[in-house]
Amino acid sequence: MTYSIIYSVLLLASLGVTAAMVLYVVSKKFYVYENPLIAEVEDLLPAANCAGCGSPGCKAFAEKLVDTDDISDLFCPVGGNDVMQLVSEALGKEVAEKDPTVAVVRCQGACDVRPKTSEFQGPKSCAISALIYSGETDCQYGCLGDGDCVAVCKFNAMYMDETTGLPVVITDKCTSCGMCAEACPRDIIEMRPKHKRDLKIFVGCLNEDKGGIARKACSVACIGCSKCFDICPKEAITMVNNLAYIDPEYCTLCRKCVPVCPTDSIIETNFPKKKVKKVEVDQGAEVKSVNLIDHA
Amino acid sequence: MLKTFPKGGIHPPENKLTSSKPIQRLPVPKVVYVPIAQHIGIPAEIVVDRKDKVDIGQVIAKSGGFVSSNIHSPVAGTVTKLDMIVDSTGYKKQCIVIRTDAKNASNFVETEYPLKKEIELEPQEILQRISDYGIVGLGGATFPSHVKLNIKADKKIDCLIINGVECEPYLTADHRLMLEKAEEILMGIQILMYALNVPRAIIGIENNKKDAIETFKKLMLQEPKIQVAALQVKYPQGGEKQLVRALLKREVPKNGLPLDVGVIVHNVGTIFAIYQAVQHNKPLIERVVTVTGKKMGKASNFWVKIGTPIKDLITEVGGMPEGTRKIVNGGPMMGKALKNTDVPVTKGTSGILVISEDEASRGETKPCIRCGECVSVCPMGLEPHLLMNLSEKGMFEHAGQEDILTCIECGSCSYVCPSHRPLLDYIRFGKSIVKKLDVSKN
Amino acid sequence: MDSPPIVISASPHVHSDRTSKRIMYDVVIAMVPAFLVSLYVFGINAFIATATAVVSCLLFEYLIQKYLLKAEITIADGSALITGILLAFNLPAGLPIWMIIVGSLVAIGIAKLSFGGLGYNIFNPALVGRVFLLVSFPVQMTLWPTAVENNTTLADAVTGATTLGIIKDGLQFGGTMTELSAQLPSHLNLFLGITGGSLGEMSALALLLGGLYLIARKVITWHIPVAVLGTLALMTGIFWWADSEQYANPLIHVLSGGAILGAFYMATDLVTSPVTKKGMLIFAIGIGVITVIIRLFGSYPEGISFAILIMNAFVPLINKYFKPRRFGSKIKAKIV
Repeated sequence: MTYSIIYSVLLLASLGVTAAMVLYVVSKKFYVYENPLIAEVEDLLPAANCAGCGSPGCKAFAEKLVDTDDISDLFCPVGGNDVMQLVSEALGKEVAEKDPTVAVVRCQGACDVRPKTSEFQGPKSCAISALIYSGETDCQYGCLGDGDCVAVCKFNAMYMDETTGLPVVITDKCTSCGMCAEACPRDIIEMRPKHKRDLKIFVGCLNEDKGGIARKACSVACIGCSKCFDICPKEAITMVNNLAYIDPEYCTLCRKCVPVCPTDSIIETNFPKKKVKKVEVDQGAEVKSVNLIDHA
Repeated sequence: MLKTFPKGGIHPPENKLTSSKPIQRLPVPKVVYVPIAQHIGIPAEIVVDRKDKVDIGQVIAKSGGFVSSNIHSPVAGTVTKLDMIVDSTGYKKQCIVIRTDAKNASNFVETEYPLKKEIELEPQEILQRISDYGIVGLGGATFPSHVKLNIKADKKIDCLIINGVECEPYLTADHRLMLEKAEEILMGIQILMYALNVPRAIIGIENNKKDAIETFKKLMLQEPKIQVAALQVKYPQGGEKQLVRALLKREVPKNGLPLDVGVIVHNVGTIFAIYQAVQHNKPLIERVVTVTGKKMGKASNFWVKIGTPIKDLITEVGGMPEGTRKIVNGGPMMGKALKNTDVPVTKGTSGILVISEDEASRGETKPCIRCGECVSVCPMGLEPHLLMNLSEKGMFEHAGQEDILTCIECGSCSYVCPSHRPLLDYIRFGKSIVKKLDVSKN
Repeated sequence: MDSPPIVISASPHVHSDRTSKRIMYDVVIAMVPAFLVSLYVFGINAFIATATAVVSCLLFEYLIQKYLLKAEITIADGSALITGILLAFNLPAGLPIWMIIVGSLVAIGIAKLSFGGLGYNIFNPALVGRVFLLVSFPVQMTLWPTAVENNTTLADAVTGATTLGIIKDGLQFGGTMTELSAQLPSHLNLFLGITGGSLGEMSALALLLGGLYLIARKVITWHIPVAVLGTLALMTGIFWWADSEQYANPLIHVLSGGAILGAFYMATDLVTSPVTKKGMLIFAIGIGVITVIIRLFGSYPEGISFAILIMNAFVPLINKYFKPRRFGSKIKAKIV
């Protein structure tokens, strides 16, 4: 009995020692030198591996940061300026400062304002349906609603709203990695600056058709009427191909363009609500529903 | 034993409902919508403006480059607008809208051209005319014909193959054309043989069109250089590579063209268009379209002006049947589903197929049971189930290594899949990404 | 607009009528003759065993999908039904019911659903169930009730060894084939099914009928069954020719044990066999070779279930290396 206990203990111990020696030898023999800076920088990065920076992962980005001399055009969108500042300190290189951005969905074509005119049968993927046709509605610029952006988001910062059929960005969770914008075959998702208190104004439409056609396809479409263009005091709005675009660089969030839009296609977020304006919006909604009945 | 290609292929129900219906002439439409992107390659450039008067056969959009084609006005009339119209791709494309002049007789007089046997033009002039008169491949791919016929000095062509296979179910446009215009087609073949200095030609016809084979055989007695070959009925025999393999046992190399094995393939419709252009100065402004569907009472074949809205065709055969769920531009295997009936007929429209409720819906997608049926029917020797998985998982580089780009999109894999998997949908998607990757690499 | 909107989908717009469900039920139909033979030979026991296996397979699939995986329930697709029948076919008729239930749980729960369900399993579920039972309960699993005509009661069941068992034991204890041949059933009896063995492997005739039905319905191709049985016959033939006293003749090998059942119904399982014809032949030859090695030199008298499972593991590799020839690839040029 005693003998067998001693025997087995000795056996296991010698096995352990042998294995440890093999591991030691192997780890010495196959040691690969790696710049310790890479590990240091990688620790600073958010470890999201989202590829929003253009490199396939945080480790690859760290290598790139260490190897490249001029890193002013490299940026980690998830970590933002804070992380880039730390990286700058660690490497002693200059980094660029960028305004934090957030993803916005530039389409308001929910099921009730953008009638379906055909039914798609096939894989539930925007990329595939965009290949074979222009979507279930008559708008060939709007959201396809198959949720490629939601599927690609690694931070659970997006979901499909079941009543509208449109994706929604949860601003607090959005790390502005930009993968959703890349995944969208229609380029509906744009990375826009995240102002204080997340105030944003943007045109929620990409329809380049002429006014009448756009309006018929979707009652909240931009019809290219130029009213916002005319009223904008800062010339932040451009009109191209029957479509208004608000350049965030010039926009001062004055909100003058919002009430003049006849189709409510300019979206404003997180502004304190004005009582008078709210009534106007409600009226607009009523007009919308009347329009719909007309079309039917 | 009739000839065919050895690997893969399927036998979908033929449903050639209109093979005994002579080609009728569709009334001239009041308005035509002529898209400027009717062919593969660069869209044509519009050379007319609003309110311009145009004559029948006048060039209204000029070829935009080498791989491009002229577009001619199918009617005499007035350009009312240059607009964006949804075409068969499902997207809005630039279109020239022309209102037909009801008083202009040239719109309504049907010139019957007598068969003209003398070839007056020089080879170079013939090729130039094919280019000028907007001839593109009428089998469906709409590849500009002059590009195919532009043969570099180092390539030698020893055989011209005429594609009269029409392996798509339902379609009978080529079949009727071969029956009704056999002599003209034969003349067209001789023109091409003369222009390209090719010593022999073979017309490949599937054995379900025995009458067409007979017609040609009778005419052939005078013409020893041209042969007719009956082929086994098997889809997709009308694919260029499959047809060359079936007729000549030559395998077109991967990523190569029939030209690489000394062959040029043209569809019978294209040959007829070439004949009309060369012998009668007639540009490509109309084509044969089969309008069909199981519930279409008056399904038939028509001569249709390019730019005619598809709803005119459907009205002509008695209107949209009850319970229609799908309208397909082309055949059921490779045609495109249309969003609405305002879509115009283009140079590539070989048929309009109306499908009802029970046939229109796809089956529910189930997991792959790896039965290998897609592998055994693939005429290109690919593994569709693997390619779909790779595309779905985003492994495009691997998909490229598995030769995803050689897929001819015949749809045989999706047709046979017992689990109703959207194989071709994903392969097409994978192809588009792999192509982009290849371009960015080079 | 009252009518439903127009459907848009990518080509092709038609589909063949061959569906997964039809394939599954064709397999079930093909197993009917063998099931009838087992009823005739083993009576009510055969029915009880099969019913238990089928019901428990379906039940386990339902329960696991509903409560454990919270996934879509797929018991209607016929695959669990097939697993149940095949499992029963691979068991001796008198096996205790609880063991059959355990086998079903292993087959459905471990071999099928834990891999992701139909289409994702690497190993044939029914065979995993059977092999699990065989190594866990070797005594019960080799207690073969011998064929007694019109045997309807449990009490009358007489147990004995299978043909291959007799040969294995006999040869191990120094016997020769000439001595053993008296104990063996005749070739005709083997063919018709008057012998001992597991439920479904009784009658070669019934199994062949079903197999031909499967080939005629294009559920399976000839490649796997022919190559498995061909390899089996060829290899045992060589040994028999070398020493007919130590090795049984190839006809006995092909007709007895699970050779035909395995070759037509188990090895051809679509999910766990290669996709190309070339791959199928390699796979089937592998099964044949391993079966012969186990039968002649291993400690088990029968080895086809092990052989199939071992080759199942090689299927992904076979699929990777035996690809169909791409159209237009110049194989000749490479050789030159």
